[in-house]
Amino acid sequence: MKYWKIIYNGIVPGNPVFVLLLGMCATLGTTSTALNGLMMGLATAAVLICSNGVVSAIKDFVPDKVRIPAYIVVIASFVTVLQLLINAYMPGLNATLGIFIPLIVVNCILLGRAEAFAGKHGVVESLCDGLGCGVGFTLALTLLGSVRELLGTGSLFGISIYPEDYGMLLFVLAPGAFIALGYLIAIVNKIRKA
Amino acid sequence: MLTYISIIITAIFINNIVLSQFLGVCPFLGVSKKISSALGMGAAVTFVITLATVVAWLLQYYVLNPLGLQFLQTIVFILVIAFLVQMLEIVLKKIAPPLYQALGVFLPLITTNCAVLGVAILVIQKGFDLMEAVTYGFSTSLGFTLALWIFAGIREHLDMTESPKAMRGTPLALICAGLLAMAFMGFSGIKIG
Repeated sequence: MKYWKIIYNGIVPGNPVFVLLLGMCATLGTTSTALNGLMMGLATAAVLICSNGVVSAIKDFVPDKVRIPAYIVVIASFVTVLQLLINAYMPGLNATLGIFIPLIVVNCILLGRAEAFAGKHGVVESLCDGLGCGVGFTLALTLLGSVRELLGTGSLFGISIYPEDYGMLLFVLAPGAFIALGYLIAIVNKIRKA
Repeated sequence: MLTYISIIITAIFINNIVLSQFLGVCPFLGVSKKISSALGMGAAVTFVITLATVVAWLLQYYVLNPLGLQFLQTIVFILVIAFLVQMLEIVLKKIAPPLYQALGVFLPLITTNCAVLGVAILVIQKGFDLMEAVTYGFSTSLGFTLALWIFAGIREHLDMTESPKAMRGTPLALICAGLLAMAFMGFSGIKIG
């Protein structure tokens, strides 16, 4: 029950993208289609779960003064592992997400959760927190990717909904990312206040 | 010469780091409420990116490549950047206290600015030589400063406008950033060389 609460907290009340506004670069840069958003979300979630687990396991052995560099090394190691795995098994994904895979290291969500949660709680709780935030991040990216893909090209996950000629190309390009995210956050604000 | 001009114009206007490559969006949204702090952040970022690019380039070509350790790139680069920022903070505190006063608050934030790590990795991916890498790093950070400066100017005016409650703050800022990005798309027609 307690674990469910931690997981739920990462998905809705403490959603990394819509509520905490963390990890904006990856959110904007990789959501040109729903599938790209989903993949980026899953990659980040995988690193987040692993790094949260390891950080909470080593927290008693790491001196307080060097904890941030230690956390960064843990995160960077998992990102490197992920980078090599994606390179080996999904070269296509590597080409679309490009530079944003190594940049998972500087995604504020990872260091933020390590510092705010995993450094203070047990391993199982931290794994749950990683899972919750990871799922929340993945859902947010998939939602933004879906909106942009639908408005931009008239399809969803590559399945055509309406003819592409009616799509607004702008939403696939850079400005559309900012505008779509701005409106989504405004809608979330409205729902939360109500 | 034309190569360098092309790199500079491309990095500042055509492929602006924030508005078309989405790197460094966090400080772009976080430190853009006042023009003065935006310029301070821009200066600090310019300093760190240029320095980090040189160090990262030298490490890649003189240490990682000869030893066959390319897979350590991400870990090494992020540690180098964190180390550089720390050193810079200590050195500035001793040598130039006024400059430290101006940039001090922004320095710790720069470690997790993805533009710094992004530029270091991009420079290696694009296969630039050292001079091109320095030019690219410097002009990219100028592009960052320019975007941040314009955006801070817009946001200072936004604060005074009447807007729906749900739109206030980040949502409105993001939409304005979108409009700014649209303006910068106008540069994409430029071709050099």
